[in-house]
Amino acid sequence: MSEVLLQIDGKEVRATEGASILEAACAADVFIPTLCHHEKLEPHGGCRLCMVEVEEHGRSKLVVSCIYPAANDQVVTTRSEQVDRIRKMILELLLAHAPDSETLLELGREYGADRNRFDKEASFCINCGLCVRYCAEVKKADAVGFLDRGTRRDISFIPEIAARECWQCKECFPLCPTSALQAAYVLVSSLAFPGARHQAPSEC
Amino acid sequence: MASLRSPEELELLRQETLAAREATTARVSVCAGAGCMASGADEVIAAFRAEIESQGLTADVDTKGTGCPGFCERGPIVVIYPEEICYLQVTPDDVPEIVAATIKEKGVVERLVYADPVSGETAPRESDIPFYKHQERIVIGNNIRIDPKNIDDYLAIGGYAGLVKALFEMTPEAVVDEVKKSNLRGRGGAGFPAGLKWEGSRDAPGEPKYVIVNADEGDPGAFMDRALLEGNPHSILEGLIIGGYAIGAHEGYVYVRQEYPLAVENVLLAIEQAEAHGLLGKDILGSGFDFTVVVHQGAGAFVCGESTALMTALEGRVGEPRPKYTRSNVKGLWERPSVLNNVETWANVPLIINNGADWFTEFGTEKSKGTKIFSLVGKITNTGLVEVPMGITLREIIYEIGGGIPGGKEFKAVQTGGPSGGCLPEALLDLQVGFDELAQAGSMMGSGGMIVMDEETCMVDVARYFLDFLTDESCGKCVPCREGTRQMLNILTNITQGRGRAGDIELLEELSEVAVGASLCALGKSAPNPFLSTLAYFRDEYEAHINEKKCPAKSCKELVTYYIDAESCQACMTCQKKCPYGAIDGDRDRIHVIDPALCTKCGICFEVCPPRYDAVRKISGEAAPPPPAEEERTISRKSKVT
Amino acid sequence: MDSERVDQIIEEYQCEASALIQILLRIQEEAHWLSSNALHRVSERLGVSMTRIMHIATFYKAFSLVPKGRHEVHICVGTACHVRGAERVLDSVEDATGLKPGETDLDLKFSLETVNCVGCCALGPVMQVDKKTYGKLSAADTVNLLQSYE
Repeated sequence: MSEVLLQIDGKEVRATEGASILEAACAADVFIPTLCHHEKLEPHGGCRLCMVEVEEHGRSKLVVSCIYPAANDQVVTTRSEQVDRIRKMILELLLAHAPDSETLLELGREYGADRNRFDKEASFCINCGLCVRYCAEVKKADAVGFLDRGTRRDISFIPEIAARECWQCKECFPLCPTSALQAAYVLVSSLAFPGARHQAPSEC
Repeated sequence: MASLRSPEELELLRQETLAAREATTARVSVCAGAGCMASGADEVIAAFRAEIESQGLTADVDTKGTGCPGFCERGPIVVIYPEEICYLQVTPDDVPEIVAATIKEKGVVERLVYADPVSGETAPRESDIPFYKHQERIVIGNNIRIDPKNIDDYLAIGGYAGLVKALFEMTPEAVVDEVKKSNLRGRGGAGFPAGLKWEGSRDAPGEPKYVIVNADEGDPGAFMDRALLEGNPHSILEGLIIGGYAIGAHEGYVYVRQEYPLAVENVLLAIEQAEAHGLLGKDILGSGFDFTVVVHQGAGAFVCGESTALMTALEGRVGEPRPKYTRSNVKGLWERPSVLNNVETWANVPLIINNGADWFTEFGTEKSKGTKIFSLVGKITNTGLVEVPMGITLREIIYEIGGGIPGGKEFKAVQTGGPSGGCLPEALLDLQVGFDELAQAGSMMGSGGMIVMDEETCMVDVARYFLDFLTDESCGKCVPCREGTRQMLNILTNITQGRGRAGDIELLEELSEVAVGASLCALGKSAPNPFLSTLAYFRDEYEAHINEKKCPAKSCKELVTYYIDAESCQACMTCQKKCPYGAIDGDRDRIHVIDPALCTKCGICFEVCPPRYDAVRKISGEAAPPPPAEEERTISRKSKVT
Repeated sequence: MDSERVDQIIEEYQCEASALIQILLRIQEEAHWLSSNALHRVSERLGVSMTRIMHIATFYKAFSLVPKGRHEVHICVGTACHVRGAERVLDSVEDATGLKPGETDLDLKFSLETVNCVGCCALGPVMQVDKKTYGKLSAADTVNLLQSYE
């Protein structure tokens, strides 16, 4: 595999061809915040937190670093006024759903995000998709998926599959930044598991 | 249906069809587009057939349901050929008179032709009607001449000659070059040069390649593509086959919204007939070129009009757009080179190949060549589809073709570009229509929806309306769009309902910046446009809603009050009887009074109060005058008996 | 819809997973809803996950996971109709049927939906009941029209 040479925040960085800017940055110890990214999963590009400024071919643009490929002669800037404004707003929008999420609050502190900027929304789920993608790509069980679209988009377990698979697994639980996942699981197990008799509430 | 094995056989069939046509003494065309059908066109067609048969004229007179010619306000539309006499708003009862006067006597039924609303001057011939006269109908003009359910009609007007020229007289590269030379820019919204897109796919590695028709037409208020696909499906198929030949694709897709059942039906039938004639399938006309087309229906999602989302839907998935870091003409459907173009773009291709790029560039402006079909709708006298050369002004479209604003109301704004576009005020009416001109003014061409608004349209509500649409239609994958539109809608709803706060406009602007800068696809990036353009040109309305709790257009329900003017009320009881909520108190001798506690602001009383009284009033931002005291409510009427 | 009929429809599309949406459209059109049984059958025969099917069934407005009424009432709320007062037509239909968009009444007579443009903008405000389009409606007209449906 050949190498590419680029600049990230003034630092010379080598990366394998085909790697994303995020991967190149990680390898060079440059921190870019992420929410929906996971090393075991295909990049999702949904949270937009990892957006950075890239200058190439004489033009500057904003791209999601988890997907955008690193290339020769790129000049990447991971923090700027515009980037920071975007990250602050993204976190404030998500904190409206999950104002007590440690993950969001910690990320938010760096950008001065105000957890009370927006009125609170009913659903905790921030649609990062970590649970859905982990179950599909790593466990290959497809026990939990997305539903609907737009502002009604949410996650949901398939009761028959969840009844079979999740009890012994639950590997997705620690991935959820907001504990919406655990709540969804409790809901489906108590309402919709076909013929289930072994509810053990203390384990949830 | 005979399979044609060579261009010569096609030409022979064309001549035979034309000869059969000449043998008729008259041809009756009745628009059978979805709009006219909803107004009873099928009954008009049946009435013609019945009357012609009863007169013994069936052998000489041909009646057909045709494609939509665009004068939708005045449908059902009938055109009698060869004289081209055009009748408007025809009912089955009019048919015997038309058959007698026009078909038999070659005369004109004066009461059914177009008459100028001011001068009364009539225009019996279709091409003299002002609505059509100011248009340049190179694409849609053929609709009224052909029965979309009969391929022979398309052949009779020269159909598939472009395909023959491309397959037998041009190399694929030459076809790409011709389209490049024509400067044809995509008619779906973005206006990307079609020739460049085709060239990119032609040069990209990977097999198989695909050509795709985007017939999703999700912009509410736009129905140009419906009219073209329903009315002249072969023009699109011909363009598609030419495009496939040009880039080296042997498979084409037509993605059509399922909300257009007639378009689906007609394009499926067109494909069947083209296959039967050997114009689709293996070794087309003996050229050695194979090409097949599959129709795929949408399932009700605006975002699937976005090209990458459309391709994802074709793959049997939810319509989530993909990042455009690699363009879809290089990696599109199934990661293969795919050319996706709008219906109207494809329909222009046979014209360009037949007549040449030089001919095409004679229409339009330097950067926007050709014509554009707009759906002119809303508060406009002549609602319908208009095809105009690029460079015409908005004023000409709205006033000379559209006939201005009905009901004596004042023009306020024209909205173009659908939910991704913006509103342009009166000051910009002399703007020349073109891709770059509209974008620079804060709107965009879009697919062609042109919605006219008058003094009664609240511009803040327009912004709220589009955000409402987008919160539903967003795929929801990325935060800036999903959450950004959510919060923008909350704020705009609050503003229209009288709960606007200082700082709302600034917060909306901030949310707009994030959506524009960080969204995954064009839906999110352009979602703030309706807000940004109405703020730019109608800021005073926002400020009135927020600071004075007033809706200048008197449209926002929560900010409007209805009351009955005591001086004008004649106690006719019309409003009192029509009020669905029993909110009006009064009787034949007592001035009516609206009870604000029961009034839901439905506006029915305002609609029904006789204009000569004009007693029901609508106000905003101020309190209604107090009702008259009980003693003063009795009306004394002059006695009619002397 | 029974499994046999579902299988027949799937076979028309050569069991291709990419035809998933087309197959579901056919089932929806014939049965007026997508039952759990039908969806499981499709999942099995096409080899696609239930999560993918459920996302599609809820993402696209054409599909319904609950049975629809005998008469599907669609009120167009596209921009042109909106500007001509579609909101008031919707209000009066909601009053007359007791339904909000997305709902079906208990006798399965009417299902109410809003639709974002059927392309008959010149006739706005527009209402479609089953496949019939009614145009140039006022709030009062709609109530009369609906009363004529059994």
